[in-house]
Amino acid sequence: MRRGPLGALAAALALTVMATACTGAGEVADSGEVDLDVSTGVTDDSIVLGSHQPLTGPAAPGYLAVSQGARAVFDYVNAQGGIHGRQIDYRVEDDAYDPAQTIDVTRQLVIEDEIFAMVGGLGTPTHGGVIDYLNEEGVPDIFPSSGALAWNNTDEHPLTYGWQTDYTKEAKIQGQYISENFSGQNVGYLYQNDDVGEDSQAGLDQYLTDEVVAREHYESEVSDLSAQVAEFERTDAEVVVCSCIPAFVALAMLEAASIGYEPQWVISSIGGDTATLQGLLAQFTQDTEAEDVPADAFLDGAVITSYMPRVEDQEDEWAQFFLEVYGEYGEGETVTNTHVFGMTQAVMVAQVLKSAGEDLTRQSLVDALESQEWQGPGLLPFSSSGGDHGGHEGVYVVQYQAGGTFEMVQEPRVTDREGGDIEETDFERLSPEALDFHD
Amino acid sequence: MTHFINLTLNGLATGAAYAALALSLVIIYQATRLVNFAQPALALVAVYTAYTVTQLTGSYWLGFASALTAGLVAGAAVERFVIRPIARVSQLNAIIVTLGLLLVVQGLVGMVWGNEQHGFQYAFSYVGRFAPSSVFALVSVGAVAVLLFALYRFTPLGLRMRAAAFHPEAARLSGVKVGLMLTVGWAVASFIGALAGMLAGPPFISPNVFDVVFVYGITAAVIGGLDNPFGAVVGGLLIGLGMSYVSGYAGPELATLAALAIVVIVLSVRPDGILSRPTARKV
Amino acid sequence: MSSPTGESAERATGPATGPSPDTSRRGRWRALPSPLRHLLLAALGLAAVTALLFVTGDLTALRLAAVGYTMLAIAGLQLLVGGSGQVSLGHGAFMMIGAYTMTLLVLHQPMLPIAANLLIIVAVSAVAGIAVGAATARLHGPYLAGATLILAVGLPGLTHRYHELLGGSNGLNIRTAGAPPFLQGVFTNSEWKALVVWTTVVIGLAVLATISSGRLGRRMRSLRDDETAAAMAGVPVGRTKVVAFVIASAAGGLGGGLQAYVLGTATPSSFTLVLSLTLLAALVFGGIGSLWGALWAAITVVYLQIWATDLARSLELSRNVENNLPVVFFGIVLILVLRFWPLGVHGALTRLGSRLRPSQTR
Repeated sequence: MRRGPLGALAAALALTVMATACTGAGEVADSGEVDLDVSTGVTDDSIVLGSHQPLTGPAAPGYLAVSQGARAVFDYVNAQGGIHGRQIDYRVEDDAYDPAQTIDVTRQLVIEDEIFAMVGGLGTPTHGGVIDYLNEEGVPDIFPSSGALAWNNTDEHPLTYGWQTDYTKEAKIQGQYISENFSGQNVGYLYQNDDVGEDSQAGLDQYLTDEVVAREHYESEVSDLSAQVAEFERTDAEVVVCSCIPAFVALAMLEAASIGYEPQWVISSIGGDTATLQGLLAQFTQDTEAEDVPADAFLDGAVITSYMPRVEDQEDEWAQFFLEVYGEYGEGETVTNTHVFGMTQAVMVAQVLKSAGEDLTRQSLVDALESQEWQGPGLLPFSSSGGDHGGHEGVYVVQYQAGGTFEMVQEPRVTDREGGDIEETDFERLSPEALDFHD
Repeated sequence: MTHFINLTLNGLATGAAYAALALSLVIIYQATRLVNFAQPALALVAVYTAYTVTQLTGSYWLGFASALTAGLVAGAAVERFVIRPIARVSQLNAIIVTLGLLLVVQGLVGMVWGNEQHGFQYAFSYVGRFAPSSVFALVSVGAVAVLLFALYRFTPLGLRMRAAAFHPEAARLSGVKVGLMLTVGWAVASFIGALAGMLAGPPFISPNVFDVVFVYGITAAVIGGLDNPFGAVVGGLLIGLGMSYVSGYAGPELATLAALAIVVIVLSVRPDGILSRPTARKV
Repeated sequence: MSSPTGESAERATGPATGPSPDTSRRGRWRALPSPLRHLLLAALGLAAVTALLFVTGDLTALRLAAVGYTMLAIAGLQLLVGGSGQVSLGHGAFMMIGAYTMTLLVLHQPMLPIAANLLIIVAVSAVAGIAVGAATARLHGPYLAGATLILAVGLPGLTHRYHELLGGSNGLNIRTAGAPPFLQGVFTNSEWKALVVWTTVVIGLAVLATISSGRLGRRMRSLRDDETAAAMAGVPVGRTKVVAFVIASAAGGLGGGLQAYVLGTATPSSFTLVLSLTLLAALVFGGIGSLWGALWAAITVVYLQIWATDLARSLELSRNVENNLPVVFFGIVLILVLRFWPLGVHGALTRLGSRLRPSQTR
């Protein structure tokens, strides 16, 4: 009597195992074609856009401003009447920078919220986990917030459109600038120990060889740079290239100040948010001469590369426009360049939504992306067509001046992510009034 | 050579913060036999209190004082109203409740002050090899450890606190107000935890700023021996130095693994911590 | 695993009733051998999940799978903490080992079927469990907790050290096969994966339940209650402790491996200290005295965050408040439940159940 049920269960188990043993776990069948002639998330009066960002948790501090900025711009656009009469419904979900959560919230956005497109998904490990899913489900994946090279891969991910200048392009231009303007000086690299560091070194090494005396990495979980900066001092690095996020740029500067080491800082766009750096460093200038602009003691002379308008630039129309928009629609008082990151993204999203026309489908959005002529607010040419979804194509170089101003020491230049040359460009931007991104 | 000295000094400075946190954990453990996950929460409350007070008044030391006071008060309140009803039933439950408290405080701090980072000053100048702020950290932690030892060993209050922790029933029979002693224990521990927070907080604070420090604090307390305040200091400095050397010579990604290795080695040799008195052998 | 029908209440009502034949339904149920009982329950559970999958969509399939693998991992923890009394704060480390083993196997040996991968994961995790158990066998209480804590924090460092193999901060991404060709029309890929997860989970739970109600379980519980007395009674203390760790690590590893299988990714930022602490907290919340606590714990871990976020959104508060509400909510719920229901959710339900049922005079 006992053998019967036991035997039956054993048989069922064996069948189950056999069923799963037919295919190897890693052998994935090709997915079918996706249908883009749909208007998921689009109604007569709204367009639902989704994004995953770290809003809480240890990684949140540096990135909250991105969604805050984007939201302010979308609110502005909606106040002007929206886009072809539709209001933008911007839904941001918190993934706490945990890729497991990113997958859940992305599914939620696609299945429950039925977003029209994913915009500005933040983070390389986080977004990397959902890029396959988004492409398979036919959801346009517009402008991930990260400079990874992975977003420009039209063979595998045709619906993903990069935005940030990727780390290698930026690093190439940094490397060339250093070799031309600080030739003969010792150079040290400080980089985040992930694709940021890897891709940045690949670019820097194309232009710097013997000058490099130290390569130090940091882990974003360990908030201590004493060993790394000590090593730079020991090897007498006169120039330090920092491919770091603002918290670590500030830490590095503090650490250097504490041991009396003053290198020439060259900071990447991801860390070059001087407004945030000011905020972080203001507390630490008590014993220094810097009075009116608190963080000058640290930032003076720092060389920064970027591709976006700078919030401190009094003469940049877009920067002034962003300040006004955030003042009216944004939360909190300070506007940093991280806010500008989100706001620039949002303007470009709105622009391409407008270009996609009144009959808005995912296909019309893709067509618009592929044919859009981009003219700002970024200061660099932008690519989203012809097999190159790399987004911004280069960077410009500025140097921070004591007193809170900038000098553009090198005009915008573009390059590719392999061994190609760096070229100048004469890119013209449209003003906020002229750019067509709302009704 | 200078590299070694730099690493040593850095290790001592960070170790002092771990030691302070370890001290506060040791006190609570001695008073209640609990591992207190709420310690970083109380340190957070203290540090953000200091931040707000300093912003309003412009004085660092006023903020410092208010941090310590806030820690004291918060610690006493938590013991009296949250922990005591639960510790009666189950130790594990009490530990998990302190964890819940940590979540609540981190969330509340985020709600009130936001999740961004704020710059937070050091006690003194942080510049220089023998930076005044590092010296202050070491000196203050050392002083606290000595005072604690004296409190427990030489004062009647300390005796009562120890009695309340180890033999509550006998203590009650002798007229010791056990409940009050527990509250005092937590208050003292949180006072020190607030100090730890002020030392470990700079340069940037955010709701999750003490997560990592806390882990090393527990580690330091454990390897030092949970029944000895000096053990906490030794443990903290050991962890701080070990991680600094490993970061400097082998690579920062190995720092946490180094801490793991230290723990494994120390606890294999002395399962109750370095400075613990060996317990009576079990039959 | 006490049977959900209040067997524990009956055991408490008196000594063994002797060999008198018991022809009631409950008596016949208890007469079955324990492994069979648990396997039948497992099959029932699987059937329920399958039915649920058929009526819900892909998002729920993903979440059901999450409940499944989380439950398996927490069940292992229940055996370790609630069963043998060893409080481990590093359970996330075992899940991480399982997840990375799965991703590495799929990346480098994609032709291996999923069942083979799972068996390998069990083996690898068991080895890890032996290592950890042996290292911590002499530790107790807070020392054990501290050691396991630093394990949870330190292990992700390996991914940074062995960058090329383990992918560093960005982790490893894999694509796993969906439903086999002859079942393509019946199940979507997500549903299929959820089924694979739950099949493994129910089998794993059946194994855990059998162990728990058998001699090994009794030995572990004797260690939990009084180590010295257990030693004097002849229980091999060190060995039993290590075995407890092995079981926990195998369950945790399987849970992590299934997570990697479903999500297609393994990164160090998914296996932080927060995970380990959440697993333990959820277990105590769910009820540490019984394997059923793992179910409530898993549901809490997966769904509480989602419900709290929806709640926060619907309240239309300022953004800072909204973002942080889920974590505050979880903390408050944790404190309140443990204050008023010290035995956790399952303890409360059991008490409620026995109060509702007319008193039995057995």
